[in-house]
Amino acid sequence: MEYLNIIFQEVYKILFLLVPVLVSVAMIVWLDRRVWAFVQKRQGPNVVGPFGLLQSLADALKYIFKEIIIPASSNKVIFILAPIITMTLALIAWAVIPFSENQVLANINVGILYIFAISSLGVYGIIMGGWASNSKYPFLGSIRSAAQMVSYEVSIGIIIINVLLCVGSLNLNDIVIAQQDMWFIIPLFPMFVIFFISALAETNRPPFDLPEAEAELVAGYQTEYSGMMYAMFWLGEYANILLMCALGSILFLGGWLSPIDLYPFNLIPGAIWLIFKILLLFFLFALVKAIVPRYRYDQLMRLGWKIFLPLSLTYVILTASYLFYFNLLPKI
Amino acid sequence: MIAHSIFFYFFSIIAIISAIMVTASKNTVHSVFFLILDFISISCLFIMIGAEFLGMIMLIVYVGAVAVLFLFVVMMLNVAQQKNQWFLSESSSRHIPMGLIISLIIFFELLIVVGGWKYKPDLVNSTNISINNDISNTHSLGQVLYTDYIHIFQISGMILLIAMIGAIVLTYRQREGVKKQSYLKQISRERSEGVEVLEVPSNKGVQIDD
Repeated sequence: MEYLNIIFQEVYKILFLLVPVLVSVAMIVWLDRRVWAFVQKRQGPNVVGPFGLLQSLADALKYIFKEIIIPASSNKVIFILAPIITMTLALIAWAVIPFSENQVLANINVGILYIFAISSLGVYGIIMGGWASNSKYPFLGSIRSAAQMVSYEVSIGIIIINVLLCVGSLNLNDIVIAQQDMWFIIPLFPMFVIFFISALAETNRPPFDLPEAEAELVAGYQTEYSGMMYAMFWLGEYANILLMCALGSILFLGGWLSPIDLYPFNLIPGAIWLIFKILLLFFLFALVKAIVPRYRYDQLMRLGWKIFLPLSLTYVILTASYLFYFNLLPKI
Repeated sequence: MIAHSIFFYFFSIIAIISAIMVTASKNTVHSVFFLILDFISISCLFIMIGAEFLGMIMLIVYVGAVAVLFLFVVMMLNVAQQKNQWFLSESSSRHIPMGLIISLIIFFELLIVVGGWKYKPDLVNSTNISINNDISNTHSLGQVLYTDYIHIFQISGMILLIAMIGAIVLTYRQREGVKKQSYLKQISRERSEGVEVLEVPSNKGVQIDD
């Protein structure tokens, strides 16, 4: 009976986290399209519901009632598994995101490594989808995407090391608390810029959306997918983007800390501040999509390996030397 | 405790089955996917014994990077279409005894190591590392690696770096006739180099040197 109680509580907590995440993914798609449209002086989706807010729900409904087509020459098990893996991985990473000092599903010691590991697994959904489709465009798209994600993960990992040098702990809550005096965006501003660009590449967002560059590859790894399976890829992708925004706000923008530590701002719960910061970063993501042309593939690789990797490694050395020289290294 | 052993057996059974499937599955790409499943369940086992750092690093390094390269190679070589007929083919009968001998040797080596560790603890001389339960796994690992064994750790890092550079040097070849983009050249182009204004005589045209 006691076990049942614990399981029930945990399920309740998980639902309390996942349902808002899924709803906000739907809303964020609307926001993305809206921002994109406004930059180009269009209206964007504005018909379904007030301001077109229900557009994503209408789309989701359409996807649910569409037929799922599985190509005859595809590898059926892996073909079906791929979108499921993408979406599951995008959702389970949210378990360690702290919304305030106590509001976190799993406060584990190696939280940042967990997120990093899960986001490095995300490439499998894409590779599996592209390979199992047994078709040229999806395969090329997935190969591109795998190379891209693996290369940009290296620079994200080294940027995370920069932050960890200043914190002295792998726990996400400790990372947030370490920024009480000063957000890491101020001392580590160059790293924030590189993190932002790497996050764009890691989530296959424009200008680095080469895996699904429609001019060359139709829709990349998603070409053969239809109906609900396509929608799951799409949900997973946007959940990943939100996760990257959350990671960016935890690492550099002080997570759930309020920007001004004074009376009226202190009362606002941390979750609201975190959501506000996530939305701010997402707004930047959406703006970049609208104003920057797509990169060429070799330029993308060059940017990742020849520019970001040396830059972030140099900054690790600088940060470590600075902390060591002024005796500021975090005490355990 | 019951839940603990249920999870332990769950992950170990998955690990063993997927390890068998790596060799037994007919499609090479499926083999790599089973290998990934094996890595994941082993990292779950690491996390269960409290080695959370090791488990996560296992996920990041092996699953996130090494297995992706494996998949790359297997997909690029186009061996997916070649069915693995290892168990059926004639020539495999010559390999089976060899494989059995090697696996027997490995089995006995493991038996000796594990047995010695269990019944003669003074054979394994690593007791000068004290385990402090107050600090977390990651901290104690860092302390051991960066204080007691710093030189060995640094040397192994250097060896890895040299291996990486060596691999790049060995596979690098200068190809003729490849067009390369030089950013410096592009940026430092002047108008006078690129544009030329010519007087074109009527009905004659001009010769433009290429």
